[in-house]
Amino acid sequence: MDVSLLRVKDGGWCVIRRMPSGEAALRLEALGLRPGKRIQKISGMPFHGPVTVCVDGRQVAIGHGVAARISVDTNLQGGSEEVCL
Amino acid sequence: MSCHRELKEGSPEGPARRLLLIGNPNVGKSAIFSRLTGLNAVSSNYPGTTVGFLEGTVVCDGEAYRLIDVPGAYTLNATNEAEEIARRIVDEGAHRAIIVLDATALERNLVLALEVLERGIPSIVALNMVDEARHKGINIDVGALETALGVPVVPTVAVTGQGIRDLLSRLNEAARSPIEPSSKEDRWRRIGAIVTSVQRVEHRHHTWLDTLEDMSVSPLAGGILGILILGLCFYLVRLVGEGLISYVFDPAFELLRGPLEALAHTLGEGPIRDVLIGKLFNGAIDFELSFGLLTTGLYVEFAMVLPYIIAFYGVLSLLEDVGYLPRLAVLFDALLHRMGVHGYAVIPTLLGLGCNVPGILATRVLESKRERFIASTLISVAVPCTSLQAMIVGALGDSPWHMGTVYLALLASWVIIGRILHKTLPGFSPELIVEIPPYRLPSPSALWVKMRLRVMDFILEATPLVLGGILLVNLMEAIGVMDLLSRLLGPGLGTLMDLPAGAAGPIVMGLFRKDVAVGMLMPLNLTLNQMTVAVTVLAMTFPCIATFIVLLRELGPRDTARALAIMGASAVAMGTAMNLILRALPL
Repeated sequence: MDVSLLRVKDGGWCVIRRMPSGEAALRLEALGLRPGKRIQKISGMPFHGPVTVCVDGRQVAIGHGVAARISVDTNLQGGSEEVCL
Repeated sequence: MSCHRELKEGSPEGPARRLLLIGNPNVGKSAIFSRLTGLNAVSSNYPGTTVGFLEGTVVCDGEAYRLIDVPGAYTLNATNEAEEIARRIVDEGAHRAIIVLDATALERNLVLALEVLERGIPSIVALNMVDEARHKGINIDVGALETALGVPVVPTVAVTGQGIRDLLSRLNEAARSPIEPSSKEDRWRRIGAIVTSVQRVEHRHHTWLDTLEDMSVSPLAGGILGILILGLCFYLVRLVGEGLISYVFDPAFELLRGPLEALAHTLGEGPIRDVLIGKLFNGAIDFELSFGLLTTGLYVEFAMVLPYIIAFYGVLSLLEDVGYLPRLAVLFDALLHRMGVHGYAVIPTLLGLGCNVPGILATRVLESKRERFIASTLISVAVPCTSLQAMIVGALGDSPWHMGTVYLALLASWVIIGRILHKTLPGFSPELIVEIPPYRLPSPSALWVKMRLRVMDFILEATPLVLGGILLVNLMEAIGVMDLLSRLLGPGLGTLMDLPAGAAGPIVMGLFRKDVAVGMLMPLNLTLNQMTVAVTVLAMTFPCIATFIVLLRELGPRDTARALAIMGASAVAMGTAMNLILRALPL
């Protein structure tokens, strides 16, 4: 089921389904975030703070507004004990 | 070996053959640049240290190259200012390119590498940070990568210099890659194939460093860690700064006292003594109050400000190289977003606590003009530089309550002005999108070079201004300008802020140098409350001359005028409010 990246629990794995359009997407793609990519959510900050994800072993922080528009699929294997690399 | 580096600059134009040093942000380009040219490029462990570009000369096989340190870019499809500069430099063409890849994040790094190779620039690849990759269990087959890219690949560790010699000696093997220009999708497919064939990743367990990295950006643990780290930093700056003053710089000035007082008596009364030594108190020099070039002039800069500059840049450089700053951006993003800038603005702001000039220059890491205006204005109004803070400690250090009030007032104006600007300026604030580098153990030699550069910058920039400022004060006093200022501005200061007319001169002098201006407040015998209001107003009004020049250059005359109007208005408002509040409190 596709949900917003905000809804993924901390430490959970997901696959990116759809990216937002516009400049933000270009910058995210340059950082390796694109549809089909499997990522781990590290944390989400309170008060509409940023979401930090791990992609290819690297942490990337994404502002709340953009993170809300990234839709992901959480229905897959792997748990929080898996190391993001 | 036939290649060597050239320290001296050649003709003003430099050699015509362009050699590009290009790669993603934070992959060690500046470190390689320093190694290749012997020039010092400042590097830090966060993306975006180099927004402008640097040039140096490298000589190889009798051929001189102009080495250009291209700002870090993830792609040539520019998505920010640094990438736009990078694309422009690549568009202008080059004879050769050194493409720097981060071995710990090969896949993502190959995007830019392929974009450069597809343009047919003869290239050589520096596969950097191979030591860190090995540590992480990432093995890259260098030979296979050479075959896949069609250009030489040299493994390097720029911070230790490993592989740099090989890189130089193989520079003339730089080749055109057979890779043809392709669509974005094809490029991703090719990258996927390359990574699968050259990279082998061993299974690895969570290390304590991974845990620390995850913790640093988690809401609760990250917040606590942030408070601890920032608290420890301020404590360290204070401890080291005070230690340097009491054990090094004050004793040094006591040694100077004898010769200077002898000079004062030799000179006798007159204008020369007034300028060089200043006023004597019972025949003795008071380094804080005498206000001569050789007394207060030297003392303010070297014994009151310099120790804190050394302490501040030591601690900041350490934070930078460990890689903590981008994590701070994550912690502060929610707050800063409500002030119209995103979390990355925390980096220019912290730099501004050292000196507003590099702080405002660093606002270039922010994407939009609106963000840069808000961040620059906030820095010049409400972020006190180390020179100013050292003097605030000198003036109010005995009363932590009053000193705390100054900081609280500045923090309050920072938030209030930020909110007002965000609500009133047209446009919107972009979202934070930033790569967070892994924690790294800083290299002591790189730290030392960076700190020395920054401290020398301070000494070179501040010395003429501080001494010139003291000279100007003496001159203005002699020709009656100070009296005139007191008569013009004095009544307003008295009514609104309960300050004596004599405070007008120092506040106007703040336009020149803030530390000298606080020094001028000291002989006025202000009460603690008055001193608290006066230094806050001084901190918030005009920027010092160096900050003013850099504001003008970065924002242009119109926006600078707007920023100045905001500063003036908020300083008067804050001074008045503080006076009312402090008088109402029973202290």
